Amino acid sequence: MSPKTLYDKIWDAHVAHEAEDGTCLLYIDRHLVHEVTSPQAFEGLRMAGRKVRAPEKTIAVPDHNVPTTAGRDDPKNMTEDSAIQVAALDSNAKEFGIHYYPVSDVRQGIVHIVGPEQGWTLPGMTVVCGDSHTATHGAFGALAHGIGTSEVEHVLATQTLIQKKSKNMKVEITGKLRPGVTAKDITLSVIGATGTAGGTGYVIEYCGEAIRDLSMEGRMTVCNMAIEGGARAGLIAPDEKTYEYCKGRPHAPKGAAWEAAEAYWRTLYTDEGAHFDKVITLKGEDIAPVVTWGTSPEDVLPITAAVPAADDFEGGKVGAAQRSLDYMDLKPGTPLSEIEIDTVFIGSCTNGRIEDLRAAAAILKGKKKKDGLRAMVVPGSGLVRAQAEEEGLADIFKEAGFEWRLAGCSMCLAMNPDQLAPGERCAATSNRNFEGRQGRGGRTHLMSPQMAAAAAITGKLTDVREMM
Amino acid sequence: MQKFTKLSGIAAPLPLVNIDTDMIIPKQFLKTIKRSGLGVNLFDEMRYDDDGNEIPDFVLNKPQYREAQIIVAGDNFGCGSSREHAPWAIADFGITCVIAPSYADIFYNNCFKNGILPIALPQEQVDVLMKDAEKGSNARIEIDLEAQTVTSSDGETFSFEVDPFKKHCLMNGLDDIGLTMEKAASIDTFEAEASAARPWV
Repeated sequence: MSPKTLYDKIWDAHVAHEAEDGTCLLYIDRHLVHEVTSPQAFEGLRMAGRKVRAPEKTIAVPDHNVPTTAGRDDPKNMTEDSAIQVAALDSNAKEFGIHYYPVSDVRQGIVHIVGPEQGWTLPGMTVVCGDSHTATHGAFGALAHGIGTSEVEHVLATQTLIQKKSKNMKVEITGKLRPGVTAKDITLSVIGATGTAGGTGYVIEYCGEAIRDLSMEGRMTVCNMAIEGGARAGLIAPDEKTYEYCKGRPHAPKGAAWEAAEAYWRTLYTDEGAHFDKVITLKGEDIAPVVTWGTSPEDVLPITAAVPAADDFEGGKVGAAQRSLDYMDLKPGTPLSEIEIDTVFIGSCTNGRIEDLRAAAAILKGKKKKDGLRAMVVPGSGLVRAQAEEEGLADIFKEAGFEWRLAGCSMCLAMNPDQLAPGERCAATSNRNFEGRQGRGGRTHLMSPQMAAAAAITGKLTDVREMM
Repeated sequence: MQKFTKLSGIAAPLPLVNIDTDMIIPKQFLKTIKRSGLGVNLFDEMRYDDDGNEIPDFVLNKPQYREAQIIVAGDNFGCGSSREHAPWAIADFGITCVIAPSYADIFYNNCFKNGILPIALPQEQVDVLMKDAEKGSNARIEIDLEAQTVTSSDGETFSFEVDPFKKHCLMNGLDDIGLTMEKAASIDTFEAEASAARPWV
């Protein structure tokens, strides 16, 4: 038998039907659902008189436009259109009999944080959600990717997706990371190296010592942004850390079922000699704490660098870089560490897990945010929030002058009231710095939680290594 | 779904790389629970000022492009979020074809579910069509899905690739779900075998 990649193995284990032209029906083990990309799909089912084929494999949670302030379980405290979407999810979950975590439930949170936390996401599974950051679940060695609403409806009705196989890409991060360098710096640096379309048509497997050394939280951060590099999904082979994380979670198997599952999971790795269509290798020790300067996640530079000029680029990117510089109101040659900010946002499916909050709190402990700066922490789930309170992290954030919010997507995409005003500049731990992403006219610099915490203290983009 | 077979239309030039789905339809318009009515907000933040007035310089606000049925754009069109609101907004505006050197994967798939044909052509050919598009209503670009060709207003013809299954569905306006349900027996068999092999799933 020819050697297989991890992606090949998971793919092969899920093909329910293959047509002569290679078009497959891929069986879906877990379907995660949120309020923004699902109402039209449920409506489609109703109109056609169809049911959800596997309600026991379908999990819903409102996250994208829920407020993160107290009193939000009263719809009167939501904008009317948000309340309608959340109410639609409430009633669709009931009508179709799927698992559901309402806003009032402590387990509510960002769908990509709730899935792993509750043990819904397990190695070797296929996981989809109407959200591009579904790639996050690849950290468990699960084939996970975002889909559109028509595909959400297709999965609800048939528990399958019409797919053709992607190509295999290997991203290897060798050696050790230097102090102050995180999973976020890895994933941004990879996108900086490949561009936002570098992964288009591929499923990426991340490997190498620096990836193995990451915690599950860090691995989720890396896979989360696979989509920003254009890849359909990112994968990391499961290992002891993966099993340790999954064991005992509410929906993880128990007893003999666990033993059988773990034995299977141990077969989920890329065989020696398996073929990759594209290989990228970065040295862990070459990766620095990075920030983005422009309006594409590929606009990445080490914090020690300066704002580039449009002429530094080639082809269509010259115009795009000039447009970014204008939008971001930045002058070429300005050291990145001199860029002043108005807002700090710590949270999102990229960096809203407990380890992220610990890392930010370690920098903020005993310090205060700069006067006049707005800073908020939005935990990724109610359980992350509760744990952070128990560990005393919430007190550190509050004493530093941060707002301590309830769980949700919040200012990552600014569908709820957490938004930037035009011209405001934000140090954000989220995943996209697109024009208007965090609010019309808002300017976003992406970075790690540590770097965002450091920026909160000084009021400008800051090399966190100077504070360690 | 609306069928797509042939199209002869005006193309709007958008010579930008990495046009993302937040540009195509900003998040404030994702709060709808319907698929229709998003065309008026297509490219909203580029198209309207803070007071909601049209920005005259934006291509879709120019008189010659108000009836555009095609967009010609730069590399990596549709990158970013999975929101199907992006193709919904494009289709609702009346655009049923996009021509660009490359697309983000999820957006590309979403187009085919909504009667939109995304055509990928080499940069030099997109450059020719971009020039054509800049001529406004004086130039019509012709697309023939059956023949898989794009013809410029000067009669220059380019061939494009499209997956045969996607082409078949688009040309016949077929509903994916109905097609898949015809294979229900295969899904039943797979499900039974998979749950025996991996009972913890």
